Amino acid sequence: MYSPSEIEEQKIYEHMGMTDEEFILVKKILKRQPNYTEIGLFSVMWSEHCSYKNSKVLLRKFPITGEHVLQGPGEGAGIVDIGDNLAVCFKIESHNHPSAIEPFQGAATGVGGIIRDVFSMGAKPIALLNSLRFGELDNERTKYIFENVVAGIAHYGNCIGIPTIGGEISFDDCYKGNPLVNAMCVGIINHKDIKQGKAHGIGNSVMYVGADTGRDGIHGATFASEELTDKSEKKRPSVQVGDPFIEKLLLEACLEVIKHPALVGIQDMGAAGLISSSSEMASKAGMGIELYLDDVPQRERDMTAYEMMLSESQERMLLVIEKGFELEIKSIFEKYGLYAVVIGKVTDTKNITIYHKGEVMADVPADALASDAPVYHKKSNVPTYYKEYENLDTTPNIIEDYTKTLIDLLKSETIASKEWIYSQYDYMVGTNTVKGPGASAGIVRIRGTKKALSITTDCNARYVYLDPYIGGKIAVAEAARNIVATGATPLAITDNLNFGNPEIPEIFWQMEQSTDGISEACKFLGTPVISGNVSLYNERSGTAIYPTPTIGMVGLIKDTKCITSSTFITEGDAIFIIGETFSEFGGSELQKLQNNGKIFGRPPRIDLEIELRNQSLVLKEIESGIINSATDVSEGGFIVSICESLFGTKFGANIELDSPILMFSESQSRFIVTVSKENKEFFENKYNVAFLGYVNNTGILEVFNIETKQNIINIEVKNFEKVWRNSIEQMIR
Amino acid sequence: MSSKKYANEKGLNMKFAVVVFPGSNCDGDMYYAIKDELSAEVSYVWHTETNLDKYDAIMIPGGFSYGDYLRCGAIAAYSPIISAIKKAAENGKIVLGICNGFQILTEIGLLPGALLRNKNMKFICKMSTLVVENSNTIFTNKYENKENVTFAIAHGEGNYYCDDKTLEKLKSNNRIIFTYKNNPNGSLENIAGIVNEKGNVLGMMPHPERVVNNFMGYDCGLRLFKSILERSIDV
Repeated sequence: MYSPSEIEEQKIYEHMGMTDEEFILVKKILKRQPNYTEIGLFSVMWSEHCSYKNSKVLLRKFPITGEHVLQGPGEGAGIVDIGDNLAVCFKIESHNHPSAIEPFQGAATGVGGIIRDVFSMGAKPIALLNSLRFGELDNERTKYIFENVVAGIAHYGNCIGIPTIGGEISFDDCYKGNPLVNAMCVGIINHKDIKQGKAHGIGNSVMYVGADTGRDGIHGATFASEELTDKSEKKRPSVQVGDPFIEKLLLEACLEVIKHPALVGIQDMGAAGLISSSSEMASKAGMGIELYLDDVPQRERDMTAYEMMLSESQERMLLVIEKGFELEIKSIFEKYGLYAVVIGKVTDTKNITIYHKGEVMADVPADALASDAPVYHKKSNVPTYYKEYENLDTTPNIIEDYTKTLIDLLKSETIASKEWIYSQYDYMVGTNTVKGPGASAGIVRIRGTKKALSITTDCNARYVYLDPYIGGKIAVAEAARNIVATGATPLAITDNLNFGNPEIPEIFWQMEQSTDGISEACKFLGTPVISGNVSLYNERSGTAIYPTPTIGMVGLIKDTKCITSSTFITEGDAIFIIGETFSEFGGSELQKLQNNGKIFGRPPRIDLEIELRNQSLVLKEIESGIINSATDVSEGGFIVSICESLFGTKFGANIELDSPILMFSESQSRFIVTVSKENKEFFENKYNVAFLGYVNNTGILEVFNIETKQNIINIEVKNFEKVWRNSIEQMIR
Repeated sequence: MSSKKYANEKGLNMKFAVVVFPGSNCDGDMYYAIKDELSAEVSYVWHTETNLDKYDAIMIPGGFSYGDYLRCGAIAAYSPIISAIKKAAENGKIVLGICNGFQILTEIGLLPGALLRNKNMKFICKMSTLVVENSNTIFTNKYENKENVTFAIAHGEGNYYCDDKTLEKLKSNNRIIFTYKNNPNGSLENIAGIVNEKGNVLGMMPHPERVVNNFMGYDCGLRLFKSILERSIDV
């Protein structure tokens, strides 16, 4: 171990990801040189992952309040009121870097971490979703990462018994060395059970509960805050190992403890483990905490204070309990065979003071660790590619064979059925799932009420790359469209901001622009940001990912009767498209298909007023019973939406149109809906909508070009459904 | 008639126990299927209990008992409640093991054979069509023989295996109760569920408790619980 002066002279802090300026700041705060343990505490707590030092200036722009918001950002997860004294609690979080080098455990522990965030608020988790990005499935490394990420998510979610009801996934070369694994958890809570991670009450006991502490995950938060390189493989020990069985017991025990009046505060030991939970709980309450590390349950021998404080061993929580009730709390955890040990107490010193083997190993202000990290406003610069793309023509090449193009689109990784993936997730456990994965949003009923939640994750990162401001707006708008199509009213969002290295001005520009777009869309659509996560330095050896600010959105269905099918349900129904279609192909699936995987130009435009108007129309006519089925239009254009509405049914459709190339356009704010024959006239007279054709029972999709008076597509649905359904599995083999 | 008040209106009285091991995760699904959809009396019983005398039907739900880190059901087989389950089976009480419950029943020897890893080595969750091979049991008397029903499956180790002699016995005694129409996991002879010789212990991988209300996609699982409740067949 290095002495305080060696740490300064040999710049040991640099290996922990700290700059010279940050070290000077630490010295100023402590009015002395920090020792080895202390500099370790500062380095993880001031990492981007824990402190948001590079993103804070952008996060401050988000709308975070609203009449339904009960808990905004800053706690384990955000909470929104849904009436009847119930509330929904949710958050999304990334586990990108761990998944890049150890995909199975990286993904599994990502799921475990987000579940703890939700039940640490007192909520019972009822649904999981995810948002995944990988390279193209054309190489063994990507296939290995992809298969193991899916298996890791399945392992954790299936075992703990929380259904994985939805998600989104896409494939682009830029994610080859740095996949994205974002996991979202949604829980239900009674208003009176809402808990916070605060350490109030001098003399109250700090209890450690759950699994024991090992050396896994030390400096995980620091590792998550730097770029991946070929040497990152060596950081495999930074990846934690998950145990969903222990977490299930911990979940059940914590939900019991939440009801106990002696519980003062509770927080997950997530990133930066014991130090983040203790310093944040103390800081939020304006108190201090003394910790006695000899009492921490340890899995390995001879662990140092530094290792114990920084370990990211999974399935652990920190509780503050009213003095005198320790044994009662302990007995609850003992029923589940879990540790519940007093390891410290609340003080009024405002310091985190750490004792180990009779010595004071660290004594630092809680605020300095938890809330006084430096805040940076990085330089921003418009990238060259953005300027170059401005005048590029995005008109597609002439299509000779529309059937072939449609089939090629349907089997592309991003559009193809994700059944190979989600059939590995238990999406039914809990018997609340009304709509599982495969639709644009998953739906869970709320037992004992008429209500249900519609939940989605979404982000078209190609649009964000081509124009981060527009792309940011589209990400929110599209998530809302997914929610509305099921018959739900959007409530709020959680966001996972995945970007490259913020120290590169062109990357910071992407961050600035896209968060501006997200903020504007959230304000306009009335969906505040109630929680979220930032993941930066998503680069591999200098290549950054597309800016990928993933949106997780939750909507409320007031009556399960309003749940709307995304597939066609009645023969003879009229098919309409809501929203105007323009020639917009920048960043589209068709562009990617025709240009060897490349995208360029500007993304589709978006007008939030039109977006809101179209969404209100759909929601109103779903609730009035006019609309029989609804789906939003996204990747691949409206013909792909129509195909997806046919798959899994026995129906066919005959579609008539002019300028057939536009069926692949990705213009925004559009829905495909069906209404019964009797309501057709009413619907087209009342709204500015375009009639496309009828649902029939032929089992054939027929597309007729009015201009040339020719059938340009005429195929049996079951034939191309097979291509769509089997595509991913074939790529994996 | 509406399923809601089924038990009450028929004046049927039966006490169901749902056994809960650490790691069980379909215990709630089973409990609510019986309570809400069947309207019968049901209680959770923690695995440390050693007496099940006051119950008429013992339900062993799905999940990952003890994390299933060794072999599915192998650690649960040493739980304190197991002797009470064995006693209940001996006394002719109804014992139903679903998914992990089926795996546990084979581990403790109440049912023959074993459940291996799925043939594709992956967890499989989907709806699956089953054929009712024997509707003349206390578990299936509300179904027609050879009827096709859709139940949910969700397992990583559901590939049923037994030796030739056992298979012969299962077949000749009509103890194969459900088979898969399209074998999802590699099970021998498409076997999805079997009973013991006395016919009072059923183990099956598919989940009837996940298909008891139309919003779940299907409600044909409810008839299995109604069959138990009415027990029109003598054991």
